[in-house]
Amino acid sequence: MIHLPSDHSLADRLLKFTSWFCGLLLFTFFIYLFFDIASRGFSHISFEFLTDPPISAGRAGGIAPMLVSTLLLLALCLLISLPIGIASAIYLAEYTNEQQWFARIIQTNLNVIAGVPSIVMGLFGYAFFVVALGLGFSIIAGSLTLACMILPLLIRNIENSLRNIPNEYRINATALGLSKFRTIFQILLPMAARGILLAVILSIGRAMAETAALLYTSGYVTRMPESILDSGRSLSVHIFDLSMNVPGGEQNAYSSAFTLIVMLLIINLITLGLSRTIHKRSV
Amino acid sequence: MSLLTRRKQRDQLLHLTLKLSALVSIISLFAIILFLLVESWPMIESTAISQYFFAESWHPTNGEFLLLPMIVGSLLIMAGAMLLSIPIGIFTAILWQFYAPRWFSTLLERMVEVLSGIPSVVYGFWGIVVIVPLLAVYQAPGTSLLAGIIVLTLIVLPTITLVANSTFQQIDKHYIQNAIALGLSRFTIIRHVIFPQAKRGLLTGVILQAGRAIGETLAVLMVCGNVVQLPGSIFEPVRTLTSNIALEMAYAMDMHRSALFLSGLMLMLVVLSLVLISEKLKQQGNNL
Repeated sequence: MIHLPSDHSLADRLLKFTSWFCGLLLFTFFIYLFFDIASRGFSHISFEFLTDPPISAGRAGGIAPMLVSTLLLLALCLLISLPIGIASAIYLAEYTNEQQWFARIIQTNLNVIAGVPSIVMGLFGYAFFVVALGLGFSIIAGSLTLACMILPLLIRNIENSLRNIPNEYRINATALGLSKFRTIFQILLPMAARGILLAVILSIGRAMAETAALLYTSGYVTRMPESILDSGRSLSVHIFDLSMNVPGGEQNAYSSAFTLIVMLLIINLITLGLSRTIHKRSV
Repeated sequence: MSLLTRRKQRDQLLHLTLKLSALVSIISLFAIILFLLVESWPMIESTAISQYFFAESWHPTNGEFLLLPMIVGSLLIMAGAMLLSIPIGIFTAILWQFYAPRWFSTLLERMVEVLSGIPSVVYGFWGIVVIVPLLAVYQAPGTSLLAGIIVLTLIVLPTITLVANSTFQQIDKHYIQNAIALGLSRFTIIRHVIFPQAKRGLLTGVILQAGRAIGETLAVLMVCGNVVQLPGSIFEPVRTLTSNIALEMAYAMDMHRSALFLSGLMLMLVVLSLVLISEKLKQQGNNL
């Protein structure tokens, strides 16, 4: 932020007024949303709500199977996408530069994937993982679809944290006769560890918010999943189903939304803390 | 010597592995387009695309595939949401950068960061329980084009504000310092020094968000009423391309299914061209 000299012209006052108006509009709208969801959602949260299965399509009871499905989806999705993500990011950051055509194609490609509407990604997941690979509506099919969605975010963030490592480290490692293999695994990756963690947490947040892509891949069965080949309903799909298809499911939808937001808030706080320490270290 | 060759082999193997994993993302985009094409092929082959615009109605089971109302619905909702969120987002970013006290800007920025991560389904749910009843007071049934526009605005606004804010931050500080030294007034600096430089960045960000807005599915589905029709006013219900897929995929068979995949392919192509346009803009910006 730069402090500009003050100005008493009409145009400036008008701009000042408009921007305060818009800023406060945004502020009030979102404060309202926060407090509405927090006050109506929190009243119903209890230990039982988190550990009980839903009763009568979710009107009563808890959200335990959805929490388990959500966590399973996230864990599997990371297990699939993280190795590919780290490897691709190392390739982009350490073996290419932005001018090369191959690197440029991959970057554009990642931007396009990041922009694919989630329902279209869901169609692809349905046609490929569910039908063609015969996985059926299952948590593994949902995770694979989610993995495709978060890969761009993962790769771009890890690539950035690798590119932020000063070049002296690479030069010194080469001068000391270290092989590329050792340079990457013993110097660069440990240095980028925090950045990688940050990328992972950001991707978890993105994956947790996803709904439309899961509708036709991991399904919406409310049972507790017994294996990764079982269908499982994520928390976000649960909110959707409660508010659309279950009359009288409003209260539990509020509480589920509140739970989801709290989980995302925790992720946000971790991200904030991490990016601060990264900033401090690099200064 | 053998140690050295082993080292070299290991490095080469690593290079190959990394390159192959980088190829995964290219392959997956290829697979996405391929599968959409294969699944929508029966529709492309058998009927003229013009059917989408000139058929009698949308009765997929009777072979009537009038997609026009959904296309119009998607475009109207997107346009409305962008029209609302672009000015609010840009003015808020201007407030943070140039007018508000620092603590207020930081507070608001943190808040908006959190908001940008809130799942769109939560906004959709909130739309059902708060916004739709509010609109229904004016004009029943409440589930309408306007409700969709408001909810979609809430969804894209946080990101647009953050993008605008970071665009303003990236402006070369020297220009601003020189402008201050020249004694220019605050409004003149913002309007004639800062804004022209930020224009390209803002445009790129807005284009990408437009892609996100047109792809948004469930939140819009929840509040729009989903009646297949060309809306006569903003208080009438509409159905978008994305909600059409989400609603009908569960029971669609044969040609109907193929029609849904084809509409997915169309969405994909729209997003693809938006991304390519924004890349082009960015490149031109770098070359300046």
